[in-house]
Amino acid sequence: MIELACVLATPLITALLLALFGHRRGAPEINSAGSLLTLIAAGVLTVRVVSDGPMTLFNEQFFVDPLNVFLIALTALVGFTTSLFSRPYMRVEHDHGRLSISRLRLYHSMFQMFMCTMLTALSTNNLGILWVAMEAATLTTVLLVALYRTPASLEAAWKYFILCGVGIAQALFGTILIYFAAERVLGHAGGALLWTHLDAVKAQLEPTVLSLAFVFLLVGYGTKTGLVPLHNWLPDAHAEGPTPVSAVLSGLLLNVALYAIIRGKVLVDGALETHFAGNLMMGFGLLTVVVPSFYLSRQKDVKRLFGYSSIEHMGLITFAFGMGGPVANFAGLLHMTVHSLTKSAIFFAVGHAAQMAGTQIIDDIKGLIKRSPTIGWGMMLGTLAILGMPPFGVFTSEFMILTTAIKHYPWATPILLTALGVAFASIFNKVQGMVFGEPTVKPLAHNPALLPVFIHLGLVLMLGLWIPPYLADWYRQAAKFIG
Amino acid sequence: MNLSMIHAVPLSGQIINLCAAVLLLLAFAMLAQRRVLSLINLFMLQGLVLFVSTLVVALTTHQNELLMSAALTLTLKVIALPYILHRLIRRLSVKWDVDTLLNIPTIMLIGIALVIIAFNVAQPISQLSGTITRSTIGIALACVLLAFLMMITRSKAVPQVIAFLAMENGLFFAATSATYGMPMVVELGIALDVMVAMVIFGVFFFQIRQQFDSLDIRHMENGKGISREAVKGTGKES
Repeated sequence: MIELACVLATPLITALLLALFGHRRGAPEINSAGSLLTLIAAGVLTVRVVSDGPMTLFNEQFFVDPLNVFLIALTALVGFTTSLFSRPYMRVEHDHGRLSISRLRLYHSMFQMFMCTMLTALSTNNLGILWVAMEAATLTTVLLVALYRTPASLEAAWKYFILCGVGIAQALFGTILIYFAAERVLGHAGGALLWTHLDAVKAQLEPTVLSLAFVFLLVGYGTKTGLVPLHNWLPDAHAEGPTPVSAVLSGLLLNVALYAIIRGKVLVDGALETHFAGNLMMGFGLLTVVVPSFYLSRQKDVKRLFGYSSIEHMGLITFAFGMGGPVANFAGLLHMTVHSLTKSAIFFAVGHAAQMAGTQIIDDIKGLIKRSPTIGWGMMLGTLAILGMPPFGVFTSEFMILTTAIKHYPWATPILLTALGVAFASIFNKVQGMVFGEPTVKPLAHNPALLPVFIHLGLVLMLGLWIPPYLADWYRQAAKFIG
Repeated sequence: MNLSMIHAVPLSGQIINLCAAVLLLLAFAMLAQRRVLSLINLFMLQGLVLFVSTLVVALTTHQNELLMSAALTLTLKVIALPYILHRLIRRLSVKWDVDTLLNIPTIMLIGIALVIIAFNVAQPISQLSGTITRSTIGIALACVLLAFLMMITRSKAVPQVIAFLAMENGLFFAATSATYGMPMVVELGIALDVMVAMVIFGVFFFQIRQQFDSLDIRHMENGKGISREAVKGTGKES
């Protein structure tokens, strides 16, 4: 109980502290310290849940089970490493005169607030609060995307705001429909929006209402996940915000939105006893894998390039959960983990690379490896990992997804393979040009923080070679919860 | 609905049906309204109708929580948000601004098609609902879809935001008419989100105006895909 309170309260308190004292010198350190405390609390919480099993807390308003505790731990970890990365990154931005001290205060405070909303969305038992937290996460990230106040960043933030605002309104309608169906079984006063209660009576819920509700939920939260054709905001928001924000958007927020869809799917599957929700997710997922892979080769901005790559991977995960079954769910969860770790590592490297070159245009970044071998190698290895090269973890999860697809949905396999192949060719080609060649980039004034990059890539490598037995067991438990 | 059913509806039910009809009418009026100031007034009126219908449902079903949410509607949607919007457009001096709206008749026809779709989608839900307000679920969904249509047909920032708020109104009406309202904690959370969103919108208006010399979203398109350094100079030419 105390652990969860710590997980949720630490970022909130840190956010308030930073809002008050964020203009002082120690702000980045407070930010990192707060993130570290959150990570420790999340670690303790994870140990508790693994040993004691699922639990509901605070008058049943919060709920922790293997599925969400795994995401809480991942969120806290990436949050912490991102705060480490943002320290030198933001200092360089400040030195270049892009950000004033008061903007930095806004950044630090909103970063912690964003962590708080995501952790709340993950741990809440109330589907209504889940919606509120998702909307709050949108609001905080809108401020972060618009941090530079340039025309392009304002456009990106406005687009993000409006598109996700509309999307998430659909999700609210879906939530209302679920409440409506549940009220008939659980009564008005009871916890008709509490997920644990809904899960207990899901077989009695009205199938027509639930299937309609799921469509709205999928469209709504799917907008935030970046599912095609609702993905337009994502590349802009990734390209125009500061790089630490791109890293947490890609690595964490998309996962949280997908988590909301999965929670909905469990309910609908229970009520319908058909593969309706799975089929919808597979359709959207497949579209989301294919469409962005053909946009990749046209990208000129390196952060947009990896934004599109995130869309593609979200499609793959959605497809995996759509197929369902223990293996595909296991693969989906694994892919969520390795994608988060790899993509944020790539963004860390890309952020410093763009600072060295003074631009995000791919053609103007050349010879990274000669000027700074660590950034160059970080980017190269990260790219190889995200493209699914063995021995990295992404290969393992993609292999599992593809083999399951061959077994149950053979028609989908060539489509997936083509998309992955196209993505490989376009991204590898562009990254090769940035890493090798005659250098056009200048060294950085401050030492870059590349420890997070290699921690992440090391973890991804480990997951590719050997998944620790307790972690595998944990994934299996979570996969069973999804059904 | 045939004649015998109309007689079976009690007075409170009839008031709610009337409110629903007025809401739908207002949604169409907003869709066709070009002037920003009138749009805000229509939005305020929509909030007022929403308040009345919530109040009637609360009084007839004796739900104290619903009384609270009626009070919330009154303060937030009839007083606070319109006040903020009025102040904003005065300070931005866009009070007499006219939004360019292409081809109102076509938009109206699409709107009518949306209403038919909404009623079809809501049909199975309405049949299941046991509330006195069940016939209005279709209208609530129609209001959401019409606000959605309004959002994509507008090119200026303030009308887009009003469409966003109108969509939230429609959702709120859906919640009251289908289920007698969501749990209080959720409604408070939603209200807080809307309030915070409004404040951020307000800040954004000024930023957009400063950067683009206009609140027309179409002027933003220049920035697409170009790095921020390259854009800095071109922002003001539109």
